Amino acid sequence: MTTFEYAPAPESRAIVNILPSYGLFVDGEFVDGHGEGFKTINPATEEVLAEISEATEADVDLAVHAARKAFRSWSRISGAERGKFLFRIARIIAERSRELAVLESIDNGKPIRESRDVDVPTVAAHFFYYAGWADKLDHAGFGPNPKPLGVAGQVIPWNFPLLMLAWKIAPALACGNTVVLKPAETTPLTALLFAEICQQADLPPGVVNIVTGAGATGRALVAHEGVDKVAFTGSTEVGKAIAREVAGSAKKVTLELGGKAANIVFDDAPLDQAVEGVVNGIFFNQGHVCCAGSRLLVQESVADEVLAKLKARMSTLRVGDPLDKNTDIGAINSAEQLAKIRALSDIGEAEGAGRWSPACELPERGFWFAPTIFTGVSQAHRIAREEIFGPVLSVLTFRTPKEAVEKANNTPFGLSAGVWTEKGSRILWMASQLRAGVVWSNTFNRFDPASPFGGYKESGYGREGGRHGLEGYLQ
Amino acid sequence: MTRGSRLRCRRIWGAHYADPVSTTTQSTLADVTASDATLRRFLHGLPGVDQVGADQRAAGLGSRSIKTSSKKWALDLAISMVDLTTLEGMDTPGKVRALCSKAMRPDPADPSCPHTAAVCVYGDMVGIAKQALQGSPVHVASVATAFPSGRASRTVRLEDTAEAASAGADEIDMVIDRGAFLAGRYLQVFDDIVAVKQACGAVHLKVIFETGELQTYDNVRRASWLAMLAGAHFIKTSTGKIQPAATLPVTMVMVEAVRDFRAATGRQVGVKPAGGIRSSKDAITYLVMVNETAGPDWLTPDWFRFGASSLLNDLLMQRTKMATGRYSGADYFTLD
Repeated sequence: MTTFEYAPAPESRAIVNILPSYGLFVDGEFVDGHGEGFKTINPATEEVLAEISEATEADVDLAVHAARKAFRSWSRISGAERGKFLFRIARIIAERSRELAVLESIDNGKPIRESRDVDVPTVAAHFFYYAGWADKLDHAGFGPNPKPLGVAGQVIPWNFPLLMLAWKIAPALACGNTVVLKPAETTPLTALLFAEICQQADLPPGVVNIVTGAGATGRALVAHEGVDKVAFTGSTEVGKAIAREVAGSAKKVTLELGGKAANIVFDDAPLDQAVEGVVNGIFFNQGHVCCAGSRLLVQESVADEVLAKLKARMSTLRVGDPLDKNTDIGAINSAEQLAKIRALSDIGEAEGAGRWSPACELPERGFWFAPTIFTGVSQAHRIAREEIFGPVLSVLTFRTPKEAVEKANNTPFGLSAGVWTEKGSRILWMASQLRAGVVWSNTFNRFDPASPFGGYKESGYGREGGRHGLEGYLQ
Repeated sequence: MTRGSRLRCRRIWGAHYADPVSTTTQSTLADVTASDATLRRFLHGLPGVDQVGADQRAAGLGSRSIKTSSKKWALDLAISMVDLTTLEGMDTPGKVRALCSKAMRPDPADPSCPHTAAVCVYGDMVGIAKQALQGSPVHVASVATAFPSGRASRTVRLEDTAEAASAGADEIDMVIDRGAFLAGRYLQVFDDIVAVKQACGAVHLKVIFETGELQTYDNVRRASWLAMLAGAHFIKTSTGKIQPAATLPVTMVMVEAVRDFRAATGRQVGVKPAGGIRSSKDAITYLVMVNETAGPDWLTPDWFRFGASSLLNDLLMQRTKMATGRYSGADYFTLD
């Protein structure tokens, strides 16, 4: 060996026990769904992992009724008692963190390094955080003795299956609501393991119900008359459909939708860290991040230098087996998503942008896409406007701070933005100008349960996380 | 997915650096040291280092998992990069001779074990070490310039250097005047290094920053460029006498600097973290960092060293464990 090749360092999957088939979790029990059922696969190998029940309208109805029944007592027990359950769940998540991380990587395709170091610890932290709020709601700033809404119908995406579940369930339960949650069709397994954790924590039956299925199941849940609150994370397109569906009803809605975030690098930025932030911004979780920094706006005076550093850094990214501890970029979650990423990338090329990827062997089976950047991109390119939701970065340049702000804001989305400069006053000015729910300065893709998260414009409304996250679940 | 299908993006080092990384060219670099003001403008014009980001990146590199064949390779490489060090007031010729024989044959039971890169001693022990290492490829490195504080007149520091060089040292480890650096008298530090390099003659020069005293990563980056502009062959973190000594992020900032310096000037400079690296795991983490920051060109004893004393035994213990599958006790490894 003359170069430093890293031998495989696979995480054992022996810790997870995937059953051949899974039912729905309704009223504290696993029951069969009455739909056709579907399979969930490992996107890194295309191996079928399990048969999943599909919830029909009738199944969703049962789940909502179970949640309604449970709401009567769950909303009346003291906040401190609810907090105890949430603390217990948080502790079990922490105890079973390796199992959850491995399962998440198998079902989703994300590298074990991310599920182990980011997703699962943040999930536990989220439950711990909202457990602490459960008995302090009187002091949360929403008036004395705020009341829960009732039954929350929650629909979550496949990019952070367990983390999005935590963002939805933890605040809902802390406020005294009960929930019916539908995980994404391609990533139901950790939600079903979470159901088992609810049993282990002796959570009263019906407080948490998990219904699996595809779009039809989600529609049935959102449209159900017994649902008082709809919380959705996913695409802007579906978000709009949900908003139309619930318009005119008494349902309260929060939506966390797509994004096309600008990561803005000024010429006085800490360049090495900025390059890290750009890499983390777009290649973290294969770019399957709604707040991904998918547009790099770099000041022209340092554009060549930043690009050279970025390409060198990208050449060290390791793409492959999600369960290998040294993998930086795992598998694309589904064939459908891969097709979408390929199509938009081809359009980028056809529109004249310069495409570049490091030399990169991809496995034959499974869904893979090499980390890619497009240079010479202008605001008029589709790859600068549409959410690709993959490891594809569009590089644009700017000359002045004003131009940076204009370009950053020139998008229908407004979920997040990044600013890289050593000048403190410029950070504050930029933060006041950018129309984005989260503005990171000299970092990117950092999450904390205490920090609210949510969008401007077509990136949605309502906030999750922090004290603000309680508001969507209280009257 | 099978274990064998571990894939990675192949590195294409060099290719991206065909263009100078910054607007700095060799001709402008000569002007940089024309006056204190120009040198200050240049050093303060280097991109800043965001501490949180640098720490995060270093921690990320620290989570690489190096196993089996790559671990074996890394352990041997790390042994061959050790500057086996004794820098004590109580050093004696006997202690230095013992250290030299350990450097030549770190594991007497296994002739396939590589020798260390050098032994590192005080100037008055150079003759003893040189004699003990006669005929072996192990270098003698000597600290000089009123190590570790450097608080002596330039005349004394140069005399210290010249004496070590004439006693046969292959490498001189000098310390910079941290007081002058922190007071912003960069040209004075630059001139010191140039003068010491002259006193060294053909002997390789390592420049110690004592990063624990410079404290900020911005300072570390500036000191790195300053020393490289002055002609250092190696830049070195610490004396080992001040805490904190070498840390992963500090060393990473220095490795970034040598990478950028080569891109700008074509000249390669080595890096030596010293002090505080005690375990094999730490050493391997440093190698991963070098590999992913500057590339494999730096993964030889000519361009990367560990200044250490207790590290060697842990490397040997891990090496034996890799070979036999069992851990043996500390008593099976010599204490020198």
